[in-house]
Amino acid sequence: MNIVILGCGRIGSTLATSMSRDGHNVSVIDRSSDAFRRLGADFKGNMILGNGIDEEILRDAGIEQADAFVAVTNGDNTNIMSVQIAKEKFHVPKVAARIYDPIRACAYRELGIETICTTVIGARLMKDYLLGKEWGMASDYCSLSDVEAAI
Amino acid sequence: MYVIVAGGGKVGHYLTRALIEAGHEVLVVEKDRARSAYLAEQLGEVVTTGDACEVRTMKEIGMERADVVVAATGDDEDNLVICQMAKRKFHVPRTIARVNNPQNEDIFQRLGIDSTVSSTKIIFNLIEQQIETGEVIPLAALQRGNIELVEVDLGPDSPVVGKRIPYIGLPEEALIISIVRDGHAILPNIDVEFKEGDTVIALVTADKAATLRNVFAEGR
Repeated sequence: MNIVILGCGRIGSTLATSMSRDGHNVSVIDRSSDAFRRLGADFKGNMILGNGIDEEILRDAGIEQADAFVAVTNGDNTNIMSVQIAKEKFHVPKVAARIYDPIRACAYRELGIETICTTVIGARLMKDYLLGKEWGMASDYCSLSDVEAAI
Repeated sequence: MYVIVAGGGKVGHYLTRALIEAGHEVLVVEKDRARSAYLAEQLGEVVTTGDACEVRTMKEIGMERADVVVAATGDDEDNLVICQMAKRKFHVPRTIARVNNPQNEDIFQRLGIDSTVSSTKIIFNLIEQQIETGEVIPLAALQRGNIELVEVDLGPDSPVVGKRIPYIGLPEEALIISIVRDGHAILPNIDVEFKEGDTVIALVTADKAATLRNVFAEGR
C-alpha cells in the first residue's frame, strides 16, 4: 500500500519504519529535517521536507496515489486540517489523525474522521494497570462515548 | 449582532474596534494573557483570555448565540478548526475565516466555511487591477478570510451622493468603516450624507464586493 505520513515524531517515525519494513511504499513529511533522523539509515521510503497542509508538499509526497494518509504531528489542528484535505480534496480512501485533545477527537469523529486520541487511550491503559485489571479490547480504550457525555 | 472574533492580533483588534463602533456586540478571544490585557485596555470589556479552538472555551463564551464567528488568528489550521466547530457544533449561522495560504481557500470552502479572506490574493488583485473612479479597490484582506477591506471614490454620478447610509441599499455583508472627506476620516453614522469626492472605506465579504460596487458606482 502507498501511505503518506505527516509528522516524523515518535509515532510517525515508528509507524513509518514498521510499514516500510513490511514492504509498503511510505512517504513521510516533516517540517524539520532533523526529525528524519529518527527513521534510521536503512529507511527505504521517501522523506519530504515541508508543511503538511500545503497541497504542493502533499502532492510531492504522492498523496494523489496514496491508499492511506495519517497525520501524527504535535498539532491537533494541523492533523485535523491535513486529513480533511487528504479526504475531501484528494479522496484518499483511508485517513486518520492523532488528536491529543479528547473533546476535539470526539467532535471530529462525529464528523466522520477517524481520530486516535492517544491521551485517552494512554490514561485508560494506565488506569487499568493501576487497578490491577487485565488490559482488554483496543476498542474499549479508543471509545470516546464518555468524553462525549461529559461535554 | 453578536460577533465572536477569535484571535487578538492586529486584524482581530481593528476588526473588533470597527464592529463595536458599528454598534455590534463583540467578544475577542485571545490566547496570550498579556495581549488580551492590552486589548482590554484599548477596547474595553470585550476581551476574554482563552484558546478559541477549545470546545470548552467556545461554550463559555456563548458561541451558540453568536451570529457570526470570525477566525482571525495567524494560522490557517486554527482558523479552520474554530470555524468548523462553530458551524457544526454550535450552529453559528455565519463563519468567516482568514486564510493565509490562498491555496487553502478551497478546502475551507469545501468544508462549508461561509466566507474566507486571503490577503495575499487581495493584494495580488490590487497590483493587477486598473484603478478607475467608482471601482471598488481592495486594500487588504483579513489574512485568512474572505473579508475585504475596500475603498471606493465617489464620482459625481455615484448613486449614493446626497443620500444617507441607511438609504443606499447596502448589502448585509458590508460594513462601512469610514468616509474620508477632505483628508478627514468621518465615522459612519446614520446622519452622514455622501458627497462627491468622498472616499468610502468598507469591509465586505469577497462574494459581495460586486454588489457593493453597484451600490456606490456610476451606472455601467
